[in-house]
Amino acid sequence: MPEVFMPRLSDTMQEGTVSTWTKNVGDRVEKGDVLAEIETDKATMELEAYDSGVLERIVVDAGKTVPIGEVIAVIGDGTGAGGGTGTGAAISAGEATPAAPAADAQPEPPVSAAPATTNATPVAPATPAAPATPAGAAPVGGTPSINGSAGKTVKASPLARAMARDAGLDLSTVRGSGPGGRIVRADVQAAIAALGAASPTTGAPAAAWSPTSAPAFSGPDVEELPLNNVRRITAKRLTESMQQAPHFYLTRVVDADELVTARAKINEGLAAIAGDATPAKISVNDVIVKAVATALRAHPEVNVSYTGEKLLRNRRIHVGVAVALPDGLIVPVIRDADTLTITQISAQTRDLATRARAGKLKPEEFTGSTFSVSNLGMFGIDQFTAVINPPEAAILAVGATKQEPVVRDGALAVGHTMRVTLSIDHRALDGATAAKFLADLVSLLENPLAALA
Amino acid sequence: MAVITYRQALHDTLRSELIRDPNVFLMGEEIGVFEGSYKITAGLLTEFGPERVRDTPIAEEGFVGAAIGAAMLGLRPVVEIMTINFSILAMDQIVNHAAKIHAMFGGQSRVPMVIRTPGGGGQQLAATHSQNIEVWYAHVPGLKVVVPATPADAKGLLAASIRDDDPVMFIENLALYNTKGEVPDGEYVTEIGKAAVMKEGTDITLVSYSRMAAVALDVAKRLEDDEGVSAEVVDLRSLRPLDRDTIINSVKKTGKAVVLEEDWLSYGVGAEIAATIQEGAFDYLDAPVRRVAAAEVPLPYAKPLELAALPDATALVKVIHETLDATRFRG
Repeated sequence: MPEVFMPRLSDTMQEGTVSTWTKNVGDRVEKGDVLAEIETDKATMELEAYDSGVLERIVVDAGKTVPIGEVIAVIGDGTGAGGGTGTGAAISAGEATPAAPAADAQPEPPVSAAPATTNATPVAPATPAAPATPAGAAPVGGTPSINGSAGKTVKASPLARAMARDAGLDLSTVRGSGPGGRIVRADVQAAIAALGAASPTTGAPAAAWSPTSAPAFSGPDVEELPLNNVRRITAKRLTESMQQAPHFYLTRVVDADELVTARAKINEGLAAIAGDATPAKISVNDVIVKAVATALRAHPEVNVSYTGEKLLRNRRIHVGVAVALPDGLIVPVIRDADTLTITQISAQTRDLATRARAGKLKPEEFTGSTFSVSNLGMFGIDQFTAVINPPEAAILAVGATKQEPVVRDGALAVGHTMRVTLSIDHRALDGATAAKFLADLVSLLENPLAALA
Repeated sequence: MAVITYRQALHDTLRSELIRDPNVFLMGEEIGVFEGSYKITAGLLTEFGPERVRDTPIAEEGFVGAAIGAAMLGLRPVVEIMTINFSILAMDQIVNHAAKIHAMFGGQSRVPMVIRTPGGGGQQLAATHSQNIEVWYAHVPGLKVVVPATPADAKGLLAASIRDDDPVMFIENLALYNTKGEVPDGEYVTEIGKAAVMKEGTDITLVSYSRMAAVALDVAKRLEDDEGVSAEVVDLRSLRPLDRDTIINSVKKTGKAVVLEEDWLSYGVGAEIAATIQEGAFDYLDAPVRRVAAAEVPLPYAKPLELAALPDATALVKVIHETLDATRFRG
């Protein structure tokens, strides 16, 4: 009987949340039907059925989060155990392996390269009346001391168990990142390291601040907000970037008169040809993306990724455009931006940003950029530095375009200026190389017709 | 140290053993006048004469039985069975006689016989002529089963097999005959029952034998160059006796293992290796032991289907990646 697993929907996904079930227990399901919406670390995506049949059981209720590979539902022929409501048979996240003996006897997924199939009978639904761990059921898991005080079965590799045993670590406190939430060596190492960092006996300096050692930040004056996936991933990746990539910054002031004029003229032209239809409109940022792509085409040494052992030079130019979400940050990608017109870039950016805010981006739409642009001009920010989006080598931070006194031909005048700051990974690029790229980019922005050429 | 083919290494070793020991003689179908179906015995009839290089009728049970009798009385027969598929006809002689005589008759007589026979698929020889049934013999106490992967081991292990006092199934692979490698000159004998670490590594253990060991080594080198994955490759070299220590020590170091075998998955060599690993290195495993083996079908004749059914580098790389991912090796 086919089980439905939490799928891996993006490169960085380790767990997913069932946002909503679009089918109910007892519903007929055809292969390809949308079963549920899954919130991943970056987006909300539709989960399609791989098998036809009847949705017999919902194992993970909407709103619950489980690791990838975990069974979240069962599709059968309709005669199976499901019958009743979803909630009756459902188990909550974190207890994906009920303490029924049948669960322990369940084999690992088939490991063969051959087309073997397992006919493993799914775990019979726990009798609703019986709690998962009745008193006196201690020997269920086999090795209770390792399985943790909660008495539930902890999935861990033998190596992880041995390491935890040696370190006196309770595995029930460790999050597993392996298939089906299995705790692997890397998880135990991380947990031991975290214990070491939090322990005052290690002699770590006071700088090793941890939330648990800071009572001033708890209590009735503080509201605790759980981290959503986007926030968690954003924090992790930006921390890695700042820790691993030595950033340096180059700033230029752009004389933006031509840019402002060109944009206005293009929009007038678009309005004139639109007739009764809604005219397309381009933004200053669209021109910047086009100029960046054009400058990257002339400077392939900037369109690179540093891997630790090699420098990868990207032959294609994919520009990421940072988009603020209510609770995080996402960088949708304009692919092959150097080959697109400004109106194409504009249309794609608008579409991606709209769907990003709705959490509807597909993974391939926010991965694979080779250079990113972050623009806070619309918020009135004059100038800022952006954190590089790994594995890219640089990011451009764009400030507001505004009227300022400028010196032209030795005389003071009122002009438009815009400040752009390039953050560069010094492992991949040096100052002079980056400065030449920035000079050409500024030249394109000051003569935007050249970017169209 | 000369670079020669696996075929040449076998030929040269047969010749030097015929010279070294007058009790050594060869027998088999078409090995004399025709010089062998795979030309391993080319020129030997001319050099050593029909007493030492004997053509036999197409009667595997008969001539294997004759070889056993000769071995019991002091000769050292080296029998060629054209392919391992035909050894099935001699199964009773091999399993019920060669393997049992020393133990059942109080050690009065040993059976110092070698059966050389090639297995393996990929030659479009269809289902009955492409099998990898070495594990059938590896199951039987009283036999030794040797499975060389390189020209050097073809030489060293064949010399050791001929000099061994027990019956040895010396299993070659059709696709290895033309492979080349460095082979030590002169006297070179490799101990039976010692696996070889073909390449050292720290991240994952690949266990294999015969032709698939060569594939595993190639994959390991590519993964090292392309992805920085340090794979250790263990070539079993003999299935019985099995060098369990080398396998276990490797897995204790890497925590992960994939077995690559050309035989079928169920009850195959990989099953024994996986069991060996969990018995000997359970607390060192960070991921389940995986097996890459042939699809469980009679091997098809049609080339695309034959290729699809046999294990290959692509299948191995996929399973290595999955195993590494399961331990967060790649982030």
